[in-house]
Amino acid sequence: MTQDHGAQDIVLRLTNITKRFGALLANDGISLALRRGEVVALLGENGAGKTTLMNILFGHYTADEGEVEVFGQKLPPGLPGAALRAGVGMVHQHFTLADNLTVLDNILLGTEPLWRLSLGRGAARRRVARLSQEFGLAVDPDARVGALSVGERQRVEILKALYREARILILDEPTAVLTPQESEALFDTLRRMVAQGLSVIFISHKLHEVMAASQRVLVLRHGRLAGEVATADTSREALAEMMVGAEITPPAPSPARPGAVRLRLAGVVTPPQGTRPGLRGIDLDLRAGQILGLAGVSGNGQGALADLLSGLEAPQAGRMELDGVPVRQWSPRAALAAGIGRIPEDRHRTGTIADFSLTENAVLETYARPPVARRGLMDWRAARRAAQDLIEAYDIRCPGPEARIRLLSGGNMQKLILGRVLEAGPVVILANQPVRGLDIGAVTYVQDRLIAARDAGAAVLLISEDLDEVLTLSDVVRVICDGRLSPEFPRGSKTPAELGQWMAGAGVDHAA
Amino acid sequence: MRLEPIAAPSLARRLGLPALALAATVLVASALAMLAGADPLATLGLILQGAVGSKFAALETLNRATPLIFTGLAVAVAFRAKLWNIGAEAQLYAGALLTVVVGTQAGLPGPLALPLMAGAAVLAGALVLLGPVLLKTRMGVDEVVTTLLLNFIMALLISYLLEGPLKDPMGMGWPKSPALPRDARLPRLAEGLRLHWGFALALICAAGIWLMQTRTTLGYEIRAVGLSPQAARFAGIPVGRVLVKTALISGGLAALAGFSEVAGLKGNLTADLSPGFGYTGIIVAMLALLHPLGVVVSALFVAGIFVGADSMSRAAGVPTYIADMLLATALLFMVLALLLTRMRVVRG
Amino acid sequence: MTELFDILMQASFWAAVLRIASPLIFATMGELICERAGVLNLGIEGIMVIGAFTGWIAVYAGLGLWPGVGVALLAGMAFGALHATLTVPFGLSQHVVGLGITLLATATASFAYRLALPEVTSPPRIEPFAPLHIPGLSDLPWLGEALFSQTALTWAGFGLAGMVAFVLYRTPLGLALRAAGENPQAVAAQGLSVTGLRMGAVIAGSGLMAVGGAFLTMSAFSSFFFEMVNGRGWICIALVVFGAWRPGKALLGALLFAGFDALQIRMQQTPLGQVVPYQVFLMVPYLLSILALILMSRRAEIPAALMTPFNRGER
Repeated sequence: MTQDHGAQDIVLRLTNITKRFGALLANDGISLALRRGEVVALLGENGAGKTTLMNILFGHYTADEGEVEVFGQKLPPGLPGAALRAGVGMVHQHFTLADNLTVLDNILLGTEPLWRLSLGRGAARRRVARLSQEFGLAVDPDARVGALSVGERQRVEILKALYREARILILDEPTAVLTPQESEALFDTLRRMVAQGLSVIFISHKLHEVMAASQRVLVLRHGRLAGEVATADTSREALAEMMVGAEITPPAPSPARPGAVRLRLAGVVTPPQGTRPGLRGIDLDLRAGQILGLAGVSGNGQGALADLLSGLEAPQAGRMELDGVPVRQWSPRAALAAGIGRIPEDRHRTGTIADFSLTENAVLETYARPPVARRGLMDWRAARRAAQDLIEAYDIRCPGPEARIRLLSGGNMQKLILGRVLEAGPVVILANQPVRGLDIGAVTYVQDRLIAARDAGAAVLLISEDLDEVLTLSDVVRVICDGRLSPEFPRGSKTPAELGQWMAGAGVDHAA
Repeated sequence: MRLEPIAAPSLARRLGLPALALAATVLVASALAMLAGADPLATLGLILQGAVGSKFAALETLNRATPLIFTGLAVAVAFRAKLWNIGAEAQLYAGALLTVVVGTQAGLPGPLALPLMAGAAVLAGALVLLGPVLLKTRMGVDEVVTTLLLNFIMALLISYLLEGPLKDPMGMGWPKSPALPRDARLPRLAEGLRLHWGFALALICAAGIWLMQTRTTLGYEIRAVGLSPQAARFAGIPVGRVLVKTALISGGLAALAGFSEVAGLKGNLTADLSPGFGYTGIIVAMLALLHPLGVVVSALFVAGIFVGADSMSRAAGVPTYIADMLLATALLFMVLALLLTRMRVVRG
Repeated sequence: MTELFDILMQASFWAAVLRIASPLIFATMGELICERAGVLNLGIEGIMVIGAFTGWIAVYAGLGLWPGVGVALLAGMAFGALHATLTVPFGLSQHVVGLGITLLATATASFAYRLALPEVTSPPRIEPFAPLHIPGLSDLPWLGEALFSQTALTWAGFGLAGMVAFVLYRTPLGLALRAAGENPQAVAAQGLSVTGLRMGAVIAGSGLMAVGGAFLTMSAFSSFFFEMVNGRGWICIALVVFGAWRPGKALLGALLFAGFDALQIRMQQTPLGQVVPYQVFLMVPYLLSILALILMSRRAEIPAALMTPFNRGER
């Protein structure tokens, strides 16, 4: 697939990269070339192998086969240091910053020989200021990273690469955590970089961004290169088909029939925890038969609200009512007893216990009650039966109920959690990032089930940092910013850009 | 290098690697014997002979294993919940102390004496661990250091009591407590057999703990809290309360080691009652992979090494501390072997 | 109350504070380096024992005092290397490995002691470090005895604390170490080896712990006996927490702690010592350590990745 457009112009070349993880073929003979001064988008669904490929390029993984060439020089495999020295910079999806260090120290980390007796902070500060100016990346070099917003952290990551004189920048899902306006600013920075002759690989699964920001698109599917087109010559529809292999229909929920308010928050305040903001006096009504989507940039109080509904945290001030009855004792157990089903943000560490079997995970929320336990004694046969029922009803692909959950894919893990929640017949469902990181099949499955639960009368709170996901699923949308909520916007009443304004904080203060 | 999980480790891997760890330990022991100028094979033979070579030796090993089963269980129960109780030594002495205090009360009705002593001992051991655990759950104070430091504090307390209020007036000045009356001593398992009921009690405890861990909701809760406190809390398991219950069980078990040593073997309390049974319990528990029934086996193994090394040392002149080195080596090899049953080392 | 004042006025009291603090400073700095890089080193107690033994036996065998310190340092580093290998690339439980190292190092010292001196009943003495005479300062009345009658090893300890602070906060190496204890991913993404940094920190830190142990036999007591470390290692772990993982505060903590320890020894001689059993005084250091942990529990800025193994390419 690789085309040669004048050998001097090629800054990066991957040849026939293959990588296996156990039985999984993550990258299958992928070749690509990057030219000087261009933005290439690497498009693909979750699990298509984009991040693996870039981690190989950067030296986090070593490929089983194939090689990486930067500026005509072969890169030794498995050494991020070599990639950095060759001029490759990478901005990971999960930022690689040390929270207790300043911005400047994070940028300086690893740039000087370890045994030097001075860090040279003075000169470094001046250079960082110049780079900030040049590329439109405003950030205070003396701020502790832990106190920065997500957008600012991303700027630090880009500055890190620029400070090391990266000529090739890899950005892994850079817009996943940004407001539409912040994304625009990022694209502007990318344009400035390309104008200076840098090259950018930009990983995304969002079609409209790929269309807006790139000159060329490479599509990955199931670990293989499925297509390569100039952005100008293609369309969103064509890309979508290349990406998933067939026409897909996103779930189109039928209109909701909202019922009574099941859960009401009035003036609820929770204290901030470390750098995480608390809730600063929010009012929220969750109605039966309705999905309320909560949009917002990550770290703006979603965690606090999710913890509140999960029972992990109690309101410091304000009222919380379930079916009109004020809540007194509040704990995870109380939340479960009140009929709140919880899909947590982190299914690996909060939703399941990795070294427990599927059976043990299936009864995690019901283990103390009949039929699973009587008078303090476990009935493992009943537990296994419950697990077997979930496996069948929710199509969980696994070796059996005794398999450790660690061995399941993210999608199957999420189906187990979903099944655990829905089988309890919840009146309220908290779905916190329910489809993040899942492949397309699992995404559709989870979303369809949530819509079905809504139609069956559950009040659903959907929390997501992916604005597109919120807009697709929600009957009403609210935006959270710095611990406060926007008013309710009915489906279709606001454009993404208008919601972006709210996500950035404009207007929320007045509403509160 | 990098570690990669193995989805379904083969039986050969799961048995072979621990066996390899033991073989490596034997190799280290041989090297140490050679270092001491002794013949390695003869040294190992003498250890084996000293441990199980005669009826007397075997009984000695069983006697030595008894407190180790208790402390091994105490550690195993706590470590399951990732509660790092390194204070079994202190809890053991607390148990021994209360055994003596209650047991030497005049006018204790005969059949009630032993249950009362055991109960008081369990309570004392549980309370000693309760403090560090409450500090952990309420204030986030790391329990490793607090339980370790309590060992030293308890040793000083015992030293004070044996030189002061608890001192045996007939002891000719030695710092030791008065002896327990006959009714307050654990009887021997059989007439003429130098093995007391403490051993049987240890086996019963091991079985009880095993049932608790596999059959009860508390056992399920303890495992959940140990593997992921975050997920356990989210699922509504009261993590703090589970840790407190775990601590009470663990401290109580360690205290029973003190009870069994005083009431079954020694008859009184001295400051050198335990040659580090509390610390050795950690090795016992780890070698047993924290399995309560495995604890019995590994306690017998560890006790055999100690008893065997003692008798070997007299015969072959290799310092008896070879036993401590052996066991520490076995511990480190074993944790590495167990990791490698689940993970494989890959390049890059 | 007057007794307390009298004690504080004794020059020998202040000299004792510095002497008691010295081994703690070495070992606390060692532990601090390990923890700053993300590894809890519970081998500290045993490594101090091995340091005390090897330094002493080396001098007894005819080596000079400084070479003896070197031997202790190397012995500590060897056990540190074992600890680091098991906990860093293999990522084994730092609790279990640390305790295992303590048991192994303690047993090794006992075994080697018996091998080297099979017959002796009381351990032989060596000629320890002599107080360093600093012209001018050591001759000052009162102050000379109180502050300037220490051995070179004590001064080395203070110098070490300053050096650790300088390295951690002013050099690229220190920045990388702190980052490795906070977010190893950040270190790896900048092309540095987390494994190398952490192993280096554990090995170097263990060497310092051993020197702390060697101080006991080579500067404080001039002889080796089995129980001599007596929980000092565990106390140092508490001191690291008390010092909020900062060298300056940890140094201050060690001095404060040594002050209380020196005070309790002298209080035993006062009328109070006649009514209160000596064991209560001896409990003071351990009780203080627990108290320090409680006091700092809410505020401590614990390195975020402490005890979290780093496995490159984990999925």
